[in-house]
Amino acid sequence: MSRIGKIARRSFLIGSVAIVGGVAFGAYKINQPAPNPLKPESGQTALNPFILIDAQGVTLIAPRAEMGQGVHTTWAALIAEELDVALEDVRVLHGPAGKAYYNSAMLGEALPGKGYDTSAFLHSVGGALGRIGRLVDLQLTGGSSSMKDGFVRMRETGAAARETLKQAAATRLGLSRDELKTENGIVIAPDGSRFTYSELAEDAAGITPPDVTLRDPSEWRYLGKSTPRIDVVGKSTGTAQFGIDTRLPGMKFAALRANPRLGGGMKGFDASAAETMPGVEKVVDLGDAVAVVAKNTWLAQQALDMVEIDWEDAPYPPETDQLFDAIARSFDEKPNSAMRDDGDAETLPDGANELTAEYRVPYLAHATMEPMNATALHDGIALDVWCGNQDPIFQQKKCAELAGIEQENVRIHTTLMGGGFGRRAELDFASYATLLATQMKGTPVQLTWSREEDMRHDFYRPGAIGRFRGAVKDGRAVLLDGQIAAQSVMGQSLKRYAGISPMGPDKVHVEGAFNQPYGIPNYRIRGYLTDLAVPVGSWRSVGNSHNAFFHETFIDELAHAAGRDPLDFRIELAQGVHAPSVGCLEAVREMSGWTGKTPDGVGRGVAFTYSFGTPVAEVIEVVDEDGTIRIRKAWIACDVGTALDPSIIKAQMESGLIYGLSAACFGEITFAGGEVEQFNFPDYDALRLHNTPEIETRILETNPYLGGVGEPGTPPSMPALGNALFDLTGKRARSLPLSKEFDLLA
Amino acid sequence: MSTSLKINGKTHDVDLPEDVPLLWVLRDEIGLTGTKYGCGVAACGACTVHIGETAVRSCQVALGDVWDDVTTIEGLGTPETMAVIQAAWVENQVAQCGYCQSGQIMQAAALLTENDSPSDEDIDLAMQGNLCRCGTYPRIRAAIHTASAKMKEV
Ligand code: FES
Ligand code: FES
Repeated sequence: MSRIGKIARRSFLIGSVAIVGGVAFGAYKINQPAPNPLKPESGQTALNPFILIDAQGVTLIAPRAEMGQGVHTTWAALIAEELDVALEDVRVLHGPAGKAYYNSAMLGEALPGKGYDTSAFLHSVGGALGRIGRLVDLQLTGGSSSMKDGFVRMRETGAAARETLKQAAATRLGLSRDELKTENGIVIAPDGSRFTYSELAEDAAGITPPDVTLRDPSEWRYLGKSTPRIDVVGKSTGTAQFGIDTRLPGMKFAALRANPRLGGGMKGFDASAAETMPGVEKVVDLGDAVAVVAKNTWLAQQALDMVEIDWEDAPYPPETDQLFDAIARSFDEKPNSAMRDDGDAETLPDGANELTAEYRVPYLAHATMEPMNATALHDGIALDVWCGNQDPIFQQKKCAELAGIEQENVRIHTTLMGGGFGRRAELDFASYATLLATQMKGTPVQLTWSREEDMRHDFYRPGAIGRFRGAVKDGRAVLLDGQIAAQSVMGQSLKRYAGISPMGPDKVHVEGAFNQPYGIPNYRIRGYLTDLAVPVGSWRSVGNSHNAFFHETFIDELAHAAGRDPLDFRIELAQGVHAPSVGCLEAVREMSGWTGKTPDGVGRGVAFTYSFGTPVAEVIEVVDEDGTIRIRKAWIACDVGTALDPSIIKAQMESGLIYGLSAACFGEITFAGGEVEQFNFPDYDALRLHNTPEIETRILETNPYLGGVGEPGTPPSMPALGNALFDLTGKRARSLPLSKEFDLLA
Repeated sequence: MSTSLKINGKTHDVDLPEDVPLLWVLRDEIGLTGTKYGCGVAACGACTVHIGETAVRSCQVALGDVWDDVTTIEGLGTPETMAVIQAAWVENQVAQCGYCQSGQIMQAAALLTENDSPSDEDIDLAMQGNLCRCGTYPRIRAAIHTASAKMKEV
């Protein structure tokens, strides 16, 4: 066994520690335990725990943030499965910022491979590389990585806790551990005597957790089945608490205005009219933004409109056309990457038919349902910040820096999130709330973005251009040469989060194009980075969100040029390369009754993307209803390896598809005079109930590795719709949003 | 000047200018945070409450214009005693992030009061003002049908 294999197997150790009235179980990282993130009450010395057991029962500290993807429910199920507690008896809390909660799967994604061809060996290396997460403070919810990350760790922690509790009972009874059983939070002795976990907790604290073997999936009670979400009652009764619902005694409400020319500074402002308005407490200079503090949010928003602010210009070309000219010019520079370069992409194979196409997609906003907000209280020494966020350690660092205090004096309270989609990995909301709170010491203040402020101050999905050249011969693709130009999301966001300037090939920039499981003999994908200061960030599925549209539209164009059925054409390309991908394509063929023919007035399109370890195929059907086009049906097949919770996976696939279709139909952020031209939902709409298709989803489990589920539904939805519109109208969609060229039901 | 409002059966005297929208009175003054802010311009439905039996966008109703008793999501049912429609939402596991769901449920409840057997077209018409960025629409539709069936049983 190689050294790497050893490290991978021992990348964490289960430990336990006493807390008041109980015990905590958690994982130590290799080399040394990370600093303890829980601030224990006096006398407690908790480690980096995932499970706390005391008189109140079992509490799970969830190191991943709940933004709708169901992560808390599935993490609880992973623990409950091995711990032998009823799922409904597990309480879940958002973990504080702590290095022990590193995301091991996300760093694994940073490996050079395409993913689908990763060998078991590379997967172990991925696990070992995960420990770098600790070094760069990667406590991040994203990259559809939560389950890959928690799948083994959570079950092992649960199993170790169970065996330790059994040992505690065995010691009391003078028996051996093997003679005892566990059931629903109780250890049962051969004579029928019973001990609750709570009453054993203090004893267990003194015992080193034994080595454990995980149960076989055939014995699972919770995993692999749809379990009721633990957050669903709160979210159906208005009692779930989001960041914006934080209420503290004496709290004030504030509204924010930052420069609409993004990143530009502030020359000055005149707040005299606003300051005298009823209910207004004060107007605060935040350096490059102004906040009005008032009795309620609405009064603050009204007063803010009365502040006259003199803004500096934008640090980028002010018009959309100029931005796209700059993106197009990057094709003249040296490529940043050629992550795929198979065969000879320069030469047109003899007798082949050549094809070229250029595609464009716009900048996009996240438009989470809950606008950005954060609540902060600076008491003169320490700072408390309440906000929904995807990366509490980055938030904590940034807030400490802005408040000029030590990192350990900043407590980040992660709340539920009204949508994340990548937006809540950014640090702006906690930062501005911190700046405001440091000027109002002793008073808690909630800072809320208006929808307009949120829409116009996003970290956008970058606008992108794809130039594709390919060739077909004898009904097959013999060449695909794709070039992609856009701003680099990683380049900007790693700088913002951690002050790191990544160098070398940007894999995220070309994902969804370079790593598709298609066997094309001459196959090259090159990425070109555009240097612009427009703020860009991770948007559900990141690079895949534009590249899948380029790549899968072009594959469709090749299929038609070859005179082939586009579904057969794809199956042939994936055959012999990646069986789970073929399986997904076959599944949507069967589910949709695909024949390659559609009656007049009906169009169908197919697309496929492998992303975040999960292959997903989608078929979309559109109908012409008196000149208006309606998306009538969608079929999704995904292969996630092991379906830990089918109901949640299905919801995530549907959600991903609807999010992608919303953008494909209507989403576009444009710039004029350096300012975003969209203000609110009437200018940036999404699918609604009446124009959402009926969706059928099938979950396959042949993939040897656990795949992500939060993002992979999004990428293929956009090309599948474009391809369906081509089938219906004969017009090829080469740019988004589609509502500009097609009369879609709005 | 103080305005008297009856919300979820309880009277509140609110000392705010009459043009403050009901949404902000509920959230920031009274502390009923189940009603959400999404857009402020009647484009998302997150702020939907009932005035009398009518579903309204509380971001568009000024405090001084509230014409009848107000019911918010908290008044519809509680986690222990959920309304039929809330139980249907739980049964169908509708919520993802959950932020839009108070508004969705209040809108759907008003629809069912008016029409206890809505067709898919009726649902389309009633619900299209309510945005859900997580795309829970298929389950919202299913939950409305579940609630309709349950309401007819009793
Ligand atoms: S907040 Fe009232 S409709 Fe959006
Ligand atoms: S559940 Fe997230 S916006 Fe509807």
